[in-house]
Amino acid sequence: MSPATEIQILAAVVAVACALPGVFLILRRMALMSDAISHAILFGIVIGFLVVKDLASPVILIAAAATGVLTVTLTELLRRTGRVAEDTSIGLVFPVLFSIGVILISQKAGDVHLDTDAVLLGEIAFAPLDRLEWAGRDLGPRSLWVVGIIGVINLIFILLFYKELKLTSFDPALAASLGFSPIVMHYALMSLTSITAVGAFDAVGSILVVALMVAPPATAYLLTDRLSVMIWLSCAIAIVGAVAGYWLARWLDASVAGCMATMAGALFGLGFLCAPRRGLLALAARRAKQKTSFAVTALTIHLSQHEGTEREVVECRRDHLGEHLGWDKPFADRVLQTAIRTGAVELDNGLMQLTDRGRALARTAFAR
Amino acid sequence: MDGEVFTRIFTDYTLRTVALGTAALGFVSGALGSFAVLRKQALLGDATSHAALPGIAVAFLLTGSKAPLVLVLGAALAGWLGTLAIMTIVGLSRVKYDTALGMILSVFFGVGLVLLTFIQRRPDATQAGLDTYLFGQAATLLDRDVKTIAGLGAIALLAMALLWKELKLLSFDPDFGATLGFPMRGLDIILTSLIVIAIVIGLQAVGVVLMSAMVVAPAAAARQWTDKLGIMVPLAGVFGALSGVTGAVISSSATRMPTGPVIVLCVSAVAVASLLLAPNRGLFPQWLRSRRQRHAVRKEAVLSDLRALEEQHAGEAPGHSAAVLRMMAPNPAGVSPRLQELSDRGWVAKTGSDEWTITEEGLRALEAQLGSGGDER
Repeated sequence: MSPATEIQILAAVVAVACALPGVFLILRRMALMSDAISHAILFGIVIGFLVVKDLASPVILIAAAATGVLTVTLTELLRRTGRVAEDTSIGLVFPVLFSIGVILISQKAGDVHLDTDAVLLGEIAFAPLDRLEWAGRDLGPRSLWVVGIIGVINLIFILLFYKELKLTSFDPALAASLGFSPIVMHYALMSLTSITAVGAFDAVGSILVVALMVAPPATAYLLTDRLSVMIWLSCAIAIVGAVAGYWLARWLDASVAGCMATMAGALFGLGFLCAPRRGLLALAARRAKQKTSFAVTALTIHLSQHEGTEREVVECRRDHLGEHLGWDKPFADRVLQTAIRTGAVELDNGLMQLTDRGRALARTAFAR
Repeated sequence: MDGEVFTRIFTDYTLRTVALGTAALGFVSGALGSFAVLRKQALLGDATSHAALPGIAVAFLLTGSKAPLVLVLGAALAGWLGTLAIMTIVGLSRVKYDTALGMILSVFFGVGLVLLTFIQRRPDATQAGLDTYLFGQAATLLDRDVKTIAGLGAIALLAMALLWKELKLLSFDPDFGATLGFPMRGLDIILTSLIVIAIVIGLQAVGVVLMSAMVVAPAAAARQWTDKLGIMVPLAGVFGALSGVTGAVISSSATRMPTGPVIVLCVSAVAVASLLLAPNRGLFPQWLRSRRQRHAVRKEAVLSDLRALEEQHAGEAPGHSAAVLRMMAPNPAGVSPRLQELSDRGWVAKTGSDEWTITEEGLRALEAQLGSGGDER
């Protein structure tokens, strides 16, 4: 495989691995814990590295994941004191751990093979250089294996505990009363988020992990009401964003990770505008349609009031609408056209006549 | 740190500039951050500061200038747009606040990084210095930067002072404010804009990644010391200013010490100390208080147990073994120290090796404590 293909595959796998826990994070309104965890794990990564002196060691993964859980626990403890609100407790904990991490990196710049650029941007472009070999055979980039395994763990966890996750996410009180512990699920999910953040950290850096965890599930959330669909959609959107991000980076000659986050955001923007039922355009179209349909009903009522009376000749002329109902000409024309098209009104020498259907419409509107 | 560094603030021109700049930005972000924390929008500052990054890059790309005012205006515009985007997403879709916040924060930051790497790879690489905006470098503060920080900060603080009553209302009871006819939405936008200013003036020294801590931590610390907004805001300002100066001085006098993280550690230390030690809300004073209370209750219980024994054994020789009292107490280990304290006061008297009796004085004290009708037996 060419390095370009490998980078794209890695980008897609990272994005999917992040999107999987992300779905549950946003459903549980804990999206900001991904922000806190992804910052705080830097502390664990640096400490782990200072101990084992090898960035590829699994010890680092474990140390970092433990820091993630530590962050969650500290935040929770701080909140429980009742002295600060929940978001303040998040905002107090992770900057400390992140700061210690950054200071350690800067201090040990000589012997840590990490720099602050790598922390923020990741090194996905260099990932194909670090290869995993086994019995003399080249098995592909090491980080692809790491992230791939983490992604599979996430997937297995979700498949195994789908019911529990669903229940604790949507109705924690019911889950507790049925004997599923929301707290166990909470910490399990937080551990997965931590491991995933560590795995993705190498590739895309600490802050952009948040984009990959939050943006694709948020986009999927606009498109569906079903949890299972949301999970698959998130993965699909994550892959599209990752690959598109890679090509944007090629085109701009800029950071791949940054472009992946940019594309993830762009896809959300697209969903926000164009989602079939919840998008802004769909909302605007629905409002316009409702407005017209309401106006058609008003028109049939107006006509039925004057039907067969002396003033029919005056009231039911089409140019009278502006005067009587206060509609401007283009809107009146549009309403009339809709009314004729739906068969509620007929035009007879410039005089509007109700059809049976129109009469029925007016009657039911009145009856309500 | 040795004290010499701090005296150098008054003699070393560069250090004085740095100290002035960080003090000013710390004060402004601390003071305005109080409102963010009280309105439970502590993390909005995190989003705003990350979102400011593309603004800095675009301002540089468009003007080619690194003048502080230009970059700060770019940052403010982008930070403000990010905040607006969060409000729009939450208002017009079913995406929740935390999701919108996390997404805008990271996506804007991603766009900013793209622009930064894009600028770096341009042939006329005059960008050097833009990446100090990531983690902050107080040592790069020049005279003109400090003037920008102080000028914009003063404007923000002045606006806060002029709108004090309205902002107070907005923070504590916006519904009531609306019924009084105040334009709450407009005030919300004004306050958000003031917080955006407070954040962007700190970006050069503290960095976009950690500036949120300067909004949250001083305010969270000040909150522990007082229940009055009029005290909390200036106190948070002072905490912010002190941490800013301390952090900047430590960072400029050591090698390879990024300023932002050092300042954040200082301000977090203040927050932790306040959480633990503040007289009323602090955890340690509270623990002491509840311990004292527990002891008082137990002391009373021992005294009342002793009286009950005396009544049951009326006419016998006075004095009851502490072992019996221990059996009557919910916490046997606490009985002996309590008896000792009671005897120090003269409320009980020792009659044997470990036998005790209640004194007249003790009976009176018990009556007084339980109140006239408070005798439960």
